[in-house]
Amino acid sequence: MPDLRELYQQLILDHNKNPRNFRTIEAAQRTAEGNNPLCGDRVTLYVNLEGDHISDIAFQGSGCAISKASASLMTDALKGKTVQEAEAMFHNFQDMITKKESGPDLDTMGKLAVFSGIRDYPSRVKCATLPWHAAHAALHNHQASITTEGETL
Amino acid sequence: MSSPLDILMPPLPERASKPVQPFNASRTRADFPILGQQVQGHPLVYLDNAATAQKPRSVIDALSHYYTDQNANVHRGVHHLSQVATDAYEAARRKIRQFINAKTDIECLFVKGTTEGINLIAQTYGRQNIGPGDEIIVSEMEHHSNIVPWYMLCEEKGAKLRVIPINDKGELCIDTYRTLFNERTKLVSVVHVSNVLGTINPAKELVQIAHEHDVPIHLDGAQAVPHQRVDMQKLDCDFYTFSGHKLFGPTGIGILYGKEYLLDAMPPYQGGGSMIQNVSFEKITYGVLPNKFEAGTPHIAGAIGLGAAIDYLDSIDFAGAELYESELLEYAHGLLSQVPGLKFIGMAENKAGVISFVVKDIHPHDVGTILDQDGVAVRAGHHCAQPIMKHFDIPAATRASLAFYNTKEDIDALSQSLHKVIRVFS
Repeated sequence: MPDLRELYQQLILDHNKNPRNFRTIEAAQRTAEGNNPLCGDRVTLYVNLEGDHISDIAFQGSGCAISKASASLMTDALKGKTVQEAEAMFHNFQDMITKKESGPDLDTMGKLAVFSGIRDYPSRVKCATLPWHAAHAALHNHQASITTEGETL
Repeated sequence: MSSPLDILMPPLPERASKPVQPFNASRTRADFPILGQQVQGHPLVYLDNAATAQKPRSVIDALSHYYTDQNANVHRGVHHLSQVATDAYEAARRKIRQFINAKTDIECLFVKGTTEGINLIAQTYGRQNIGPGDEIIVSEMEHHSNIVPWYMLCEEKGAKLRVIPINDKGELCIDTYRTLFNERTKLVSVVHVSNVLGTINPAKELVQIAHEHDVPIHLDGAQAVPHQRVDMQKLDCDFYTFSGHKLFGPTGIGILYGKEYLLDAMPPYQGGGSMIQNVSFEKITYGVLPNKFEAGTPHIAGAIGLGAAIDYLDSIDFAGAELYESELLEYAHGLLSQVPGLKFIGMAENKAGVISFVVKDIHPHDVGTILDQDGVAVRAGHHCAQPIMKHFDIPAATRASLAFYNTKEDIDALSQSLHKVIRVFS
């Protein structure tokens, strides 16, 4: 039986309460919106690039503790990374929360490992991946908004 | 007009002819096998009845009996089983007619559910009678299924929606409703009981006001029929829809009630087998009611299962169940109002067993997940009623919805689990 503490760990609760990088970036080079129409979670991602590096990344929106904490920890983790590194992290993150057996080594995931417990809550996976999909769209300059119920996810 | 079915069908014994036992929740509970199970190591506390209700053993057995002993296509074969299946299917229609006190069996059409019923009205009556500049009245508290089909029709026809607002208690503003009528008003379509607010709308009054303006009215009864007896002849509404699965019956079956003269004048909805009288490539004539609206092989087992659900409701003291539910609702309001930071969404004077709320700024999905860990099943989200969320300025809400098999212990478990939510997020 999944343990509640696995999902609502202190780190997640903290980032929900005090989300990092929770702001807009004026005239951001890239923006993308993520939307989960089933529960009403919304996130807007703002990204600035210097060359191939993410020089600044921030988000705004409303949603559950999982989606907010995920956006907060994601923006912390992606800052300073190259687009290619961000892409690899996105795939590792997805694998971590959907695949029990073949997921990435949790030691390589840093603070993001806190979300590994979500794989026991399939109905909440989309909450955690929503900001990542929005970031993915922003980095690929997809201006169209993305949705958890569309083709993008 | 008497239906051809009346000639074929032997009369059923009149309703309520057998004595019913006074309502007893714990005895009733035992009739629902699923309620005995454990979830996450806790006894299941099922408070998501507005999404779908659980099924009594007799409904499950009726489905099994149909497929084991009666299965054949209806209205077709000359063979024995086909007649058995046809009789069972039409007997179910008659039970439904009696349950809602429609005048004739043929006014009760089998559809997939409330959503299909509303779409049927929009695509037949609506397309036939609503044109550019015409108006359809709905309300701010509608489920999306009573907004989207009308919106689609309005887009196609150049018609427009007029919306009855709600007050902060979650009640319809009847005075405003009266002012929305004009010579372009062609139809009213309003929910009987709100799936989010629990508000029991004054159906009879809504109908009377519409009829004063010679406008037909549809009532979405999906959340009404599980909580109270409805009477088509007393209500005098023109259309009424509900879903079987919320009435303790199977999924995939529901009822569209329509007054016979309206259904007669409406064009068919879908074309196919069963709904025709004569087909050639030059000319097709359509069948009579109810076949005209039941193209293709219907959900025979579902209809029979819904009939069994109605038999079940007839076997318990349904009026007593209604009273019991309102006592349970009062108990829940009292207990939940002690949860710190809990705010009810919808506190209508006249309310069914639907309790929506928000707790501080904790997102309903987080509330729902934590409750689930204690075996408490609730709904979290916008409940397919985004205009209500907008009215109360919330992205989503948590909803506990009652049925007559719920107990005070269920409410206690919900309350305890909500206190736990507060602790986790403190």
